[in-house]
Parts: sequence; C-alpha cells; structure tokens
Amino acid sequence: MKLTNKHIIKTTNLSIGYASKKEVKTIASNLNIDINAGNLVCLLGENGIGKSTLLRTLTKVQPSLNGEIFINSNKLETINYTKFSKMVSLVLTERLPDSSLTVFELVALGRQPYTNWIGYLTTEDLQIIESAFEKTAIKHLINSKCYELSDGQLQKVLIARALAQNTPMIVLDEPTAHLDIHHTIETFTLLKKLAKDFNKTIIVSTHEINLALQLADELWLMTPTQFVAGKTETLISNNSVQQLFDSDLISFNKTLKQFTINNS
Amino acid sequence: MYIPLKQIFLSLLDGSVEKESWKAIILNYRLPKAITAIIVGSGLSISGLLMQTLFRNPLAGPFVLGISSGASLGVAILILGASFLGANITAYAFTNWGQAVAASLGAFLVLSAVMLAAIKVRNTMSILIIGLMFGSLTAAVISVLAYFSSANQLQQYLFWSFGSLGNLSWNEISALSVTFFIGISLVVFIVKPLNSMLLGENYAKSMGVNVKRTRNITLISTSLLTGVITAFSGPIAFIGLAVPHLTKLLFNTSNHKILIPAVAISGAIIMLICDSIAQLPNSEYTLPINAITSLFGAPIIIWLLVRKRKIYY
Repeated sequence: MKLTNKHIIKTTNLSIGYASKKEVKTIASNLNIDINAGNLVCLLGENGIGKSTLLRTLTKVQPSLNGEIFINSNKLETINYTKFSKMVSLVLTERLPDSSLTVFELVALGRQPYTNWIGYLTTEDLQIIESAFEKTAIKHLINSKCYELSDGQLQKVLIARALAQNTPMIVLDEPTAHLDIHHTIETFTLLKKLAKDFNKTIIVSTHEINLALQLADELWLMTPTQFVAGKTETLISNNSVQQLFDSDLISFNKTLKQFTINNS
Repeated sequence: MYIPLKQIFLSLLDGSVEKESWKAIILNYRLPKAITAIIVGSGLSISGLLMQTLFRNPLAGPFVLGISSGASLGVAILILGASFLGANITAYAFTNWGQAVAASLGAFLVLSAVMLAAIKVRNTMSILIIGLMFGSLTAAVISVLAYFSSANQLQQYLFWSFGSLGNLSWNEISALSVTFFIGISLVVFIVKPLNSMLLGENYAKSMGVNVKRTRNITLISTSLLTGVITAFSGPIAFIGLAVPHLTKLLFNTSNHKILIPAVAISGAIIMLICDSIAQLPNSEYTLPINAITSLFGAPIIIWLLVRKRKIYY
C-alpha cells in the first residue's frame, strides 16, 4: 500500500505516564512528534526513561495524560481497535506465552483484521502471508513450531506477522534486546529495507545507538529533561545526540558517529 | 445387569427383544446415561480449554478457578441450608431443577468474582491463587452448613458430590442439551479471537480483537456449561483440566479451530469410557464417576508429561 499522506503520525503537547485514582505519574511531557511515511525512526534513551510508555501510548495500549495524537490526520481516540489494527502493527518486547502454534499459524494471525468471523484465509490473504515470508527470508521455518525457534528467528517471525497485517506503520519495542550482533544488524537492515523499499513507517525503540545513528532517517531522543525529534544528521550536528547520556564515562565522537569511552 | 449385544441393538432399533425389561433398561436408563456422559464430557473439556486460553495458564480449569466450588456452594446452600430458608424452598430443593438453578448461579457468582479480581490483578499466577482461595472459602462455608444439617440432608449432598451420570429423566436431558448447545454456539463466535489471545492480550488488541467482549463471552459460556453440568451430574473432577492437555498433546496444535472440536470429541469419548468402567461390566455395582475420572485419568496425564516433558497451551 503506497501512502500519500505526509504526516502519518503527529502529536501536539503530548504527556505520557500513568494515572490512578490517587496520583498522576507523568513520565514525559511536551512531546511534539511529526513524521512522514516511509521513514525508519529510532527512539533512543536510557533504561527507564519512558521509551516503552511512549510506544504504548502511541499504539493505543495505554491512554495519554494530555495532548493529542493524530494518525493519518485522525484523532487516536476516535479510531476503534479494528480500524487501528489496519493502520499500525506491533512487535512487542514481552515474551510470547508458550503455545504450540506453528510459524505459519502465527504469521497468518496477522491477517485477522481482514478475515471473516471464523478466520478463513482467502487467496489474497495467502499471497500476503507468502510475501511476508519472502521479505523476511524465513520460508524454511514455515512448518516449525514457535517454541523450536531461536531468539533471532522468532524476532523475524514476529516481524513477518506484523508485515502480514499489512499496515503502513510498524512499531517495534526493543526488537534486538536478546540478539547477538549478527542478528541485530540483520534485523536492522531488514527494517531499513522495509522502510525504503516498501514505504513502511517504522518506529523502533532500541539501545543500539551506533546502528541507529547509521541507519535511522529520524531519531527521537529522550532524556530526563527534554524530548528531541529530528533528522539524524541534524541531531548529530547540533549536539543533541551528545547530550543523550549525562555521564563522564562516555562521549560522542562526531567524526566516527559513535559513542566512545573517555580516556581518563 | 448383563444384556447381550444383539439385544441392545434390537432395543435401540425398536425391534422385538427377548425380554421387555431389557428394552426398558436400555431406552430409559442406559441411553440417557450415555447421552449425559457425552454432554458432560465435552462440555467440561471445552470449559477447561477456554479457561486455559483465557488465563494463558495450563493449570486453569473449572476446578482450579473455583467455578465448580461455586456450583457446589449453590447446591449446598439449597440442600443443606434449606431448613434455614423455610419450607417453601425445601420442597423445591430436592428436585434436580432447583439444584440446576442454584449450581449455575453459584458458578456464575464465583467466576465473576474471580474475573473482577483478574481485572485488578494482572499476574495470571495470582489469579489462579485467588481462584483457589475462593475454592477453599466455599469449601469452608459448605463445612459450616454441613455441621448444622441433618443426616438426611448431608447424605443427599454427599451423593450429589460423588457425581453421577444416571438418574436424569428425558426432560432433564433436554434441558441439559439446550444449555450445552447455547454454550457451544457462543464458543463458535470466539474461535478467531481465542487464537490471537494465544499471543497475549496486547497482541490480540493490536489485531483488532475486542478483548473485553471475548473475555465476557468466554466467561458466560464457561459458567453456563460448568454450572449446568455440575448441577445435573455433580462436581466431576479431572475432565476439565486434563482432557484439553491430552488433546493438545495428541493433536500437537494450539489452533482453536482444530482444538475445540477435538477437545469436545475426546471429552465425550473419555467420559463414556470412564462411565463404562464405573458401571463395572457384568456386575451389579456402580462406582462414583468422580473417583473413576481421577483414578484413570491422572496417571495418563503424568505418563504423557513424563514422555513429552513440556506442556503447551
């Protein structure tokens, strides 16, 4: 699906956090985001800064505290779950519950927003599933059980499921957290390819800063004091990346585009 | 009572049978019992499967979550508490109908309480423990009631709690079948969302599943099935927990489109086998069905687990 919309996701003065009867715990506020279709966006920030909370808020898993979110110019609250499931697909960081689903069955679940009440797969559904397998290069796993897969394989299967959902936007929460460097790079290259070749808008939260700096079209940087969003090159040149970690141990090297350990 | 095989078929096909009494036994006693066994077996097994998927926990089942205990409490209040409630109810209490209503209400109440707790508490392990606590709470209330009851009432309750597939009139069987079909037809509508629930609630939501609706339908269907079955045949242990596992191990799938019919059929077959064993062929004794289901079922599950090592749900 080719998208002509320029601003696929836009927020104004968004506050995120948790509200209970007793108190409101704000995790971050004044978030202004505005991204275009077909971009790979990496969300960077230290542990516990609220990356997952932001992604959960943007994907309708939890409500926002303040401000507004627009997806394809529609207010997020006005989009119901069925409609939303055709706009945004997820790859979550939570462990899958044990089940003996096969890889094919799991990927095919991505077609649920489109199938009839019993979940019958039409030829069109099967074609889309097939192409999801091709794009992620996991055809050889099609009949395996999910519990037989390695972490790296499982991550690709989950991305294939998101692709089968055929949404213009895919949100991934730390997809490479348990992966070695080879699989991490493989996953990021795949995501980059999906954004570039298939015009998907991909938002990834990650700790792989060096990879993000090389591949991302845009960065969202979260620090305790501020939230900065912008083109990767802009953020490198205006020193925003430098301020990501408030630490004497590491510093950012602009020429190498990498964080390096300070020599004491 | 021994009846030759040929005579059994003749009675079923309305042929002429050597002894009229044989025909009466087959049509009015054995046939209703077999039908009850089929409904009870598949109904309880499907309830167990639904609970296991909903709570994403292999230990879930009508018993563990206190649903059967709820049904028992309903019946206990009706039978044992009848003297406190006055004579009007006493007459009603000893009919199967009164027990059916009481058991269904009890099952629904306990299940709703567990569900309310489940909304507050996210951790599925805690929910199971809450279910177990509700189970022991109802058990405690039943003991208190039992303490103040007459020997006659106690005996009636005790016999109910042994479980029995017999003693159902054709009228009662039709009531049981109608509820069974209502419960099962509800399940048909949630086959698709149940499959996405296998990935967890957040994924299910992201695929457009109305989680709240799915949860409610599951609960209504489970309490209908468990409640009414428990009402007519007593609290039958083991089937609800074990048959889904047995089926999953045999069929090696988690897909509900295959699992739901498979579990229903396995449940019916296992219940029929258990009933045949309880009947003690060629003898005059009938053992309590509750003892048989656990006695023969538990070792099978242990054996399967030891062989396959891990259970998936």
